[in-house]
Amino acid sequence: MAFGDKYSKWRVDESRVPAACGLSGVISQDGKMIGGDVIIESMKVLHDRGNGLGGGFAGYGIYPRYNDHYALHIMFEDADGRAACEEMLEMNLEVEAAEEIPTLPSPQIQDVPELRRYFALPRGEKLLAEAIEPDDFMVRLVMGINTTVPGTFVFSSGKNMGVFKAVGFAEDVGEFYRLPDYSGYSWIGHGRFPTNTPGWWGGAHPFNILDWAVVHNGEISSYGINKRYLEMFGYECTLLTDTEVMAYLFDLLVRKHRLPLEVACKVLAAPFWKDIDNESDPIERELEEALRVAYGSALVNGPFAVIVGYSRGIVGLNDRIKLRPLVAAGKDDFLYISSEESAIRQICPRPDRVWAPSAGQPVIGELKGDL
Amino acid sequence: MGKAATSDKTGSKSMTVDATGVHYKDLNCRVRGLIAEGCREITLDGVNGQRYIGDGLTDKVRIIVNGVPGNDLGAFMDGPTLFVNENAQDGVGNTMNSGKIVVKGHVGDVMGYGMRGGRIFVLGNVGYRVGIHMKSFKDQVPVIVAGGRAGDFFGEYMAGGVMVLLGLNAEEGPLVGNYVGTGMHGGVIFLRGQVSERQLGEEVRVFPLEEEDRCQLESLLAEFAAETGADISPVSIDEFAKLMPFSHRPYGNMYCY
Repeated sequence: MAFGDKYSKWRVDESRVPAACGLSGVISQDGKMIGGDVIIESMKVLHDRGNGLGGGFAGYGIYPRYNDHYALHIMFEDADGRAACEEMLEMNLEVEAAEEIPTLPSPQIQDVPELRRYFALPRGEKLLAEAIEPDDFMVRLVMGINTTVPGTFVFSSGKNMGVFKAVGFAEDVGEFYRLPDYSGYSWIGHGRFPTNTPGWWGGAHPFNILDWAVVHNGEISSYGINKRYLEMFGYECTLLTDTEVMAYLFDLLVRKHRLPLEVACKVLAAPFWKDIDNESDPIERELEEALRVAYGSALVNGPFAVIVGYSRGIVGLNDRIKLRPLVAAGKDDFLYISSEESAIRQICPRPDRVWAPSAGQPVIGELKGDL
Repeated sequence: MGKAATSDKTGSKSMTVDATGVHYKDLNCRVRGLIAEGCREITLDGVNGQRYIGDGLTDKVRIIVNGVPGNDLGAFMDGPTLFVNENAQDGVGNTMNSGKIVVKGHVGDVMGYGMRGGRIFVLGNVGYRVGIHMKSFKDQVPVIVAGGRAGDFFGEYMAGGVMVLLGLNAEEGPLVGNYVGTGMHGGVIFLRGQVSERQLGEEVRVFPLEEEDRCQLESLLAEFAAETGADISPVSIDEFAKLMPFSHRPYGNMYCY
């Protein structure tokens, strides 16, 4: 689809450079609160993996006061976009609270768009009239805003979680958004080194829909196939970067199609046919075959390491031949995942266990109980 | 910048540097400066994630790393001996030419990439693509010995040198991943244990141990145990599978003339 001048201000000249994004994630499976300063501290160690053209974080459990409401984080290029967007919000949502996202202006973070957040629920009559689930309603609304309102992007739309991202180094982005003022039971962070797509605010990681947030190091060679597949289900890729498909694929496979998380990971990093042929368990073999047949267009090809956040946990996943680094560590009820062990050691000097996840095998840390 | 712990500034042979929070450029400048001043043993305390430690150094110095060093430890290194008392990350010994690296923990991916000399001894596991593009020339024969297990693509495109994988912790998982020696056209890999045909690249076969292989293994194991402190008493030379390429030009037919 054509976006016309939707991106007028956001386009930046970008030359192609070698890649090495940095990822870090942490969860307390007992639901203990972790300050935003912790994930910033971890990302500082990965500074040299990025180049300052994108940094971002997602925190879970950070909005307990409005934990039943969708927290929309929206960036506006100008007042017209905001007016048009707020009209759409007003028409579709009961907005409980709306405010500027608190920031700490700094010389490291330039060309700041207007950043606002809205805690809201879909209007009951809208849901009734269409007999639509609230989550589906919100996905459609986010896609609607992102494709039709010029210079306006919803970059976070989950409940009791939030994505904070910008052009800059991760640690500067974290301070800019005052993350040390927040605490959550899990965090993921990203420092970007953009290669094939522009380094702009919307293109920083994490990419998000509902409570799914994805940080990624690598290149999704199957982006075109994945994007067209997602469009059949109403997902529109508007953020000019391959990683976006990963967030929507998790939403589609796990929330909509109700696949268990491990099974969804088998779709994204599908076993090779030769390994399926050698699978000794017939039920497992049948499952793997069925997934490859049914979800061929959801297979994510190319080198990648991702950390995915969702309301119940975090997942680390590599491509099928581990072409990007990923390390995990455990300490008591804490799980850590990162591009480099040093980023974990910075916030957990003496882990009980450190290991290298195998290619295509997810590392999952979930909350043990309800919050 | 961390301060040297030893007090005598001139003529001192060993120094300790506190690397806590020091950027890799400053740390590596400091190391080079100390070597230029005649220092022959440098202990780096509080290392965490600093890249390029020992890179390109040509003096026969000893560097002791306390903490987890960053990527490309000992890259292009030509002479020094590095001791790491913790785990190390990716790219250890990248294109190393001579010297020795000893790691007391695990190591990440692409260790020994394009290595053309020297020795790397790792007590624990090693990651994916270890020894990729390793090569040898005359008496320049690079050696890797790992006490633990290894990921996929062990010895991928290997053109020379020796790799030994001991699996001393084999109960924790498979000794080695898939695609062992894919594209291999020189050198030799010794795996302690059985490896199935389907784990191997198309270019390699299992060969019986020769007498000279046994001698080489005995000698490497002794050196490995001395450097890492590993208990190699469970290891018997008879357990090793020897992998070598059966063609020196595996892709000879893939090009047009």
